[in-house]
Amino acid sequence: MERRAFLNLGGAALGTMLLPPFGRAIAAEELVRPVETKFKKMLADTALTAATQAGASYCDVRVGRYLNQFITTRDLNIENVTNTESAGVGVRVIAGGAYGFAATNDMTPDGVAGAARQAVAIARANAKLQTEPVQLAPTPGVGEVAWATPFKKDWRTVPIKEKAELLIAGNKAGMEAGASFMQSLLFQVNQQKYFASTDGSYIDQDLHRLWVPFFATAVDKTSGKFRSRSGLSTPVGMGYEYLDGRKEDKFQAAGGVTTLYRNSYDLIEDARAAGKQAKQKLTAKSVQPGKYDLVLSPEHLWLTIHESVGHPTELDRVLGYEANFAGTSFATLDKWQSKKFKYGADIVNIVADKTTPGSLGAVGYDDEGVKCKRWDIIKDGVLVNYQATRDQAHIIGEKESHGCSYADSWSSVQFQRMPNVSLQAGKKQLTPDQMIKDVKKGIYIVGDGSFSIDQQRYNFQFGGQLFYEIKDGKITQPLEDVAYQANTQEFWNACTALCDERDWRMGGSFFDGKGQPSQSSIVSHGASTARFNGINVINTARKIG
Amino acid sequence: MKMLNQDDTKRITDKVLSLSKADECTVTIKGGRTGNIRYARNAVSTAGLVENTEIAISVAFGKKQGTASVNEFDDKSLEKAVRRAEDLARLAPENPEFMPTPAAVAFKSSSTFSAKTDAIDPEFRAQVAAYSIEACRKNKLVAAGFFTDESGFETIANSRGVFGHQQRTNVDFTCTVRTEDGRGSGWVRRDANDVSKFDARAASDVAIEKALRSVEAKALEPGRYTVILEPAATSDLMAYMFNSFDARSADEGRSFLAKQGGRNRLGDKLFDEQVNVWADPWHPDVPVLPWDAETMLAREKMDLIKNGKIAALNYSPFWAKKQGARAVGAPGNIVMAGGSKSTAELIASTKKGVLVTRTWYIRMVDPQSVLLTGLTRDGTFYIENGKIKHPIKNFRFNESPVTMLNNIDELGRPEILAGDESQFQLLIPAMRVRDFNFTSLSDAV
Repeated sequence: MERRAFLNLGGAALGTMLLPPFGRAIAAEELVRPVETKFKKMLADTALTAATQAGASYCDVRVGRYLNQFITTRDLNIENVTNTESAGVGVRVIAGGAYGFAATNDMTPDGVAGAARQAVAIARANAKLQTEPVQLAPTPGVGEVAWATPFKKDWRTVPIKEKAELLIAGNKAGMEAGASFMQSLLFQVNQQKYFASTDGSYIDQDLHRLWVPFFATAVDKTSGKFRSRSGLSTPVGMGYEYLDGRKEDKFQAAGGVTTLYRNSYDLIEDARAAGKQAKQKLTAKSVQPGKYDLVLSPEHLWLTIHESVGHPTELDRVLGYEANFAGTSFATLDKWQSKKFKYGADIVNIVADKTTPGSLGAVGYDDEGVKCKRWDIIKDGVLVNYQATRDQAHIIGEKESHGCSYADSWSSVQFQRMPNVSLQAGKKQLTPDQMIKDVKKGIYIVGDGSFSIDQQRYNFQFGGQLFYEIKDGKITQPLEDVAYQANTQEFWNACTALCDERDWRMGGSFFDGKGQPSQSSIVSHGASTARFNGINVINTARKIG
Repeated sequence: MKMLNQDDTKRITDKVLSLSKADECTVTIKGGRTGNIRYARNAVSTAGLVENTEIAISVAFGKKQGTASVNEFDDKSLEKAVRRAEDLARLAPENPEFMPTPAAVAFKSSSTFSAKTDAIDPEFRAQVAAYSIEACRKNKLVAAGFFTDESGFETIANSRGVFGHQQRTNVDFTCTVRTEDGRGSGWVRRDANDVSKFDARAASDVAIEKALRSVEAKALEPGRYTVILEPAATSDLMAYMFNSFDARSADEGRSFLAKQGGRNRLGDKLFDEQVNVWADPWHPDVPVLPWDAETMLAREKMDLIKNGKIAALNYSPFWAKKQGARAVGAPGNIVMAGGSKSTAELIASTKKGVLVTRTWYIRMVDPQSVLLTGLTRDGTFYIENGKIKHPIKNFRFNESPVTMLNNIDELGRPEILAGDESQFQLLIPAMRVRDFNFTSLSDAV
């Protein structure tokens, strides 16, 4: 799905969302039948040979089969069930020191060889404008290897009826609890990615992901007011077992205001809470603007981390490669080189990884054949590293890539994309309830809402799903019309407390847009509940007409 | 595979429709090639070409629907796809809101194809990049840009006699120019379906001029200002608003177009009476396909806002039937009436104000009032006594397009563009607007 289509999602806009019109709808038994490795290797070798014969000094080939199943619902109806399959081959080359890329859905030897030669022709045309040749950090060929997302239940084998009944049961629970309307979706993804390169790697990966968002909307027809509450699930890199809603994976938010989830999710329970809370929001107190101490739950904070740490530490942004679309970054090389740029308070430690089990970023190898790993981005509040791909590693003195290359399709060129970027838990024992006891005038925010940040990642504004007033160490009442505005560095330096690892969990994005043509990536961000002092809160209520 | 022509796609759709045993069947074929070149730091970063053609087949047994698509077009593959769609339809739950596919209508073709655009090759793309790269190198500036061209076709057909086939082309160019010290930034966007209307050199010069003028920005206090919003500053705000023109959401009480008591605002005056907006698939500057592929309904020339009043809402076939309204194809373009003044002329008649080149990272804060937040970017200037006095730091705004369209002082000459994050082709004017709400400053350049 296009990111722009997803951006229209919301309590009122979901009904207008289009599901991807293309992709081969397939019967369940066909979904689980993989393409033979031998066939993929033959196609890859054909492309590698054609590219090198045409003059490429480097070539990589991605043979992709992308399977998705989308189920959309509105109230008590299933609106759509779509199985899609998209398969094809993308060939990236370096010739004359420049990149070229071509992709085709013609999965024949002639088709992929043609694409390889086309990629070389494009590279040669680009080479005329190249000032410096592309420089790739060495990556050892790993031969023939395989990696798969660990999962217990394969979504492809769960009957559609079972999934549909779960979604409708969730919608029904939400409506019975106070929502006037419910909309829910189930996104299920399987990417079968085969990577081969002239370095001598043949990497076969089988990746599984899942997300079950919903939107509960309550309407007061007398006043004309409406309010929504979105689900508190997170998109995950695991199987259908995420929807088991196991008892041991549930716990109470601070003050018992709602139930939260980790590792598995109870859709019906959360929908019921959402229906009730959406209705409550219609009469909640409108916030008084001013400075507050914010207590931010991981279900909310993941998005702030994503926008204010994840994106600005992407090396391609820092260097200016993204200047024309999503922008550049305030976290410039001189700040990193100084070894003393205080991105945040001393307690702020942020780590990048593509290895955390169950996360969206977890893969064995990236789309350049680099084995995935974990590294520090911010250590004791200081900026210490970025996120880099093979052609950027030398710029920051790294001998190898961080493994951050990703393409969203066989037909998209791979480039630097965000790994999981997570705030490490506090080292001292602290629960969210204990954290709140020390807050005199604050707001507790649960769930992600509206988000916006400038093109260098200084000024941001975030909303949320649930807001609670904190007065003299106690949660007193729900609030509405809350958004906070801050500057990235000031915000992270205002971080005064972090809950411990018992409270650490991940949120994430299924649709992180970047690049031109725009590509959609997936990424998780972990955190424990965190406190930020003296943050500017605005009131977002307006009257029109 | 070769680009299919109308005879090819008619033969294919006829074959598919004859194979289907379902109550009804719809077929869509889309194909073409997309070329692109991307550059940054005064050098090409990526470039590519993607070719793809696919056929999607949707069938329904009663209210149960299934969809399948393939990218192979021999008889055996087509039959396999039809059977797959039928299998999926049998498995799918019944949707009480399912609506039958529409009856045949004659589609009046629109001028969406240009042979010149279709002929673009890698050398042409490289030349587009070269214009801005070379000009920036000369001026000690840094260019980053993206040029993409698309040539393809769309075919729709159904078991009730609908058939439409049309070729379309498009080019889209954006370029950001920054000073070497990062203290100035300018931007330009150009869209056209006919590449002969696109001048890479002139476009790049706009971004270069804005970059050079935006150095040494001063901070202005946040607050309410008279602003001149260039079309790229309002395109996504307008698109957000028109995405909310859904009749069902309004009738259900969950949109800004809902009224107390469960009615909608169709016919209500919600904007300044200078505001006239319509959709027209045959508009020569922003032609779009004469049908909406999702519903297979014909698009029409239709008023959306007439003299400030809500003139139309989008009805899905189901909601139209329920409410006794008529469903038409959802608009693909938005045209807004303007005046005859250029942006420069609007500036010349402004005593005090802010010129905004573009807005960025716009998100919905409150759908109740369509309150949007976002930021200015790549060229924000202070105007005094009809002249640009100096560049100013960027602002964050929290503003509703409804309020914006109520505070119009004057409209400029409409310009063609596409939004950053909208699906509409747009022809909208620059606007001078009173009391635009800037809520905080941004240090971003």
